[in-house]
Amino acid sequence: MLRIEKLVKQYPTGDRALRGVDLMVPEGEVVALIGPSGAGKSTLIRCVNRLVEPTSGKIWLRDTEITALSARRLRQVRRRIGMIFQEYALVERLTVMENVLSGRLGYVNFWQSWFRRFPQHDVDQAFALLERVGLSDFVDKRADELSGGQRQRVGIARALIQSPDMLLVDEPTASLDPKTSRQIMRLITELARERGLAVIINIHDVPLAQLFVKRIVGLRAGEIVYDGPPEGLTPERLTDIYGEEDWGAGQAVAGADSAQEMDPEPSPIFAASTSNA
Amino acid sequence: MAELTASPVTSRRWRKPPLIRNPWLRWGLLIGALIYLAVAISSVPVDDARIARGLERGGRMISSFLRPDFASRWYDIQIGVLESLTMTVVSTVAGVLLSVPVGLGAARNLVSAPIYLACRSIITISRTFQEVVIAIVFVVMFGFGPLAGVCTLAFATIGFMAKLLAEDIEEIDPAPLEAIRATGAGWLKTVTYAVMPQVSARLVGLSVYRFDINLRESAIVGIVGAGGIGSTLQTTFNRYDYDVAAAILLIIIVLVMTTELVSGHIRRRLQ
Ligand SMILES: Nc1ncnc2c1ncn2[C@@H]1O[C@H](COP(=O)(O)OP(=O)(O)O)[C@@H](O)[C@H]1O
Ligand SMILES: [Mg+2]
Repeated sequence: MLRIEKLVKQYPTGDRALRGVDLMVPEGEVVALIGPSGAGKSTLIRCVNRLVEPTSGKIWLRDTEITALSARRLRQVRRRIGMIFQEYALVERLTVMENVLSGRLGYVNFWQSWFRRFPQHDVDQAFALLERVGLSDFVDKRADELSGGQRQRVGIARALIQSPDMLLVDEPTASLDPKTSRQIMRLITELARERGLAVIINIHDVPLAQLFVKRIVGLRAGEIVYDGPPEGLTPERLTDIYGEEDWGAGQAVAGADSAQEMDPEPSPIFAASTSNA
Repeated sequence: MAELTASPVTSRRWRKPPLIRNPWLRWGLLIGALIYLAVAISSVPVDDARIARGLERGGRMISSFLRPDFASRWYDIQIGVLESLTMTVVSTVAGVLLSVPVGLGAARNLVSAPIYLACRSIITISRTFQEVVIAIVFVVMFGFGPLAGVCTLAFATIGFMAKLLAEDIEEIDPAPLEAIRATGAGWLKTVTYAVMPQVSARLVGLSVYRFDINLRESAIVGIVGAGGIGSTLQTTFNRYDYDVAAAILLIIIVLVMTTELVSGHIRRRLQ
């Protein structure tokens, strides 16, 4: 389904965010991509739909080479790749329905989108999806009136109405409370399995990833250092990915990780990667 | 506090540091400026006879302003006011419509460098020249009358609106922009879904604000022949009809105040 070969991304600032990543995600598989902040998780998934232009390497979706597409063909391929964001990335001033229907923008013509005259089929699908994510009563509410969990549900519906083959999910739960986080993870993984989508989920929270996903890929300083089942994430493995920490103590992985995000000082791994660059 | 007063205080002098540190330069500049001022004032020809005449004329003007004459040229005034209002409406609508594409093109986060530079140049040209200067150019091109006025005001509106719009667009939340682009939407659809909703309220507010600027300016550009109530005013001055001029000025004041009130109200409601 998705095949990434020797992907390298160097930002104009000199940061080498990805240093030769090889990754295969077969049809219907959900992969959690874990790693400390700055490891290159967001960069990796943004390279897949070329919101970030890779420096070198190849990416294939089925038999389309994404890295070789013209702007026009790229837009067509993007329609089949749904994306879900950490801060939801909804258009706050538009209604829930408009936000969901915006997932169809790649399919309708300009005037249909301008006058919000989407084909009946799209509207039916939008209603069905809103029902599925539990937002039937919020159709005409403005997105900025919703809670975080509700906004993320709109984000999910927007991604799914694209009828994607693949989902790219960037830290879907990082701004949510623990209970909502689990609900959102459950929703995403369930919907993905129902529809047989290939999914890459970037996630900070290792226990949460272990709970919902059968394959975990660990990224450190732009390189894959772990690829295997959740059970294989031993303390040694976690040290490989995140650096030294007492992983046994109180299962505090998520806490330690989010503390690291706040930490103004770069972690040792991060420091090493920048000095190499 | 107690500790502060208890400890022995050695008094140290403090003065605000001067703007220019070097005393020679500081005093030199000051004296130089005074000399220049003195020379400049003495170079302006002061003619006692002309001042006397001017004062007399000023006196006549003020006395006629105290009894404005609305009646004798009411028809001309009416036509002038209507023309000004029409000029204002047409130029604001046209200017705003044209400023949207220019503003989009002048937002660095939406377009490539060549388009950005082209749109920025349009804005710069429009903002460099004062309305009166532009009006003179258009009067030369199209002759006297409201067409020149409309073109002037529309052109000035483009620079004003497009600049502020572009600044707003450059500050929008980039996340929805990226999200809409990720759905496979092209540039135009991305703009209508991710950009316009974020700036439309400001756009309406600015248009209303520009409307009352344009009404005020329509009186001024009229004085160089670009139509509207300003042209009527100019005619009355040429004929020394100060009482009619007074009436026109009063009407302009009322008009401007009314639109300012209304537009202020609309803009507050939008926020
Ligand atoms: N737009 C950008 N410009 C320059 N450097 C960037 C940009 N985005 C990310 N980076 C750098 O690339 C590296 C990886 O970032 P990112 O992919 O966001 O990591 P993660 O999502 O794992 O936290 C970091 O060192 C970051 O500073
Ligand atoms: Mg990230």
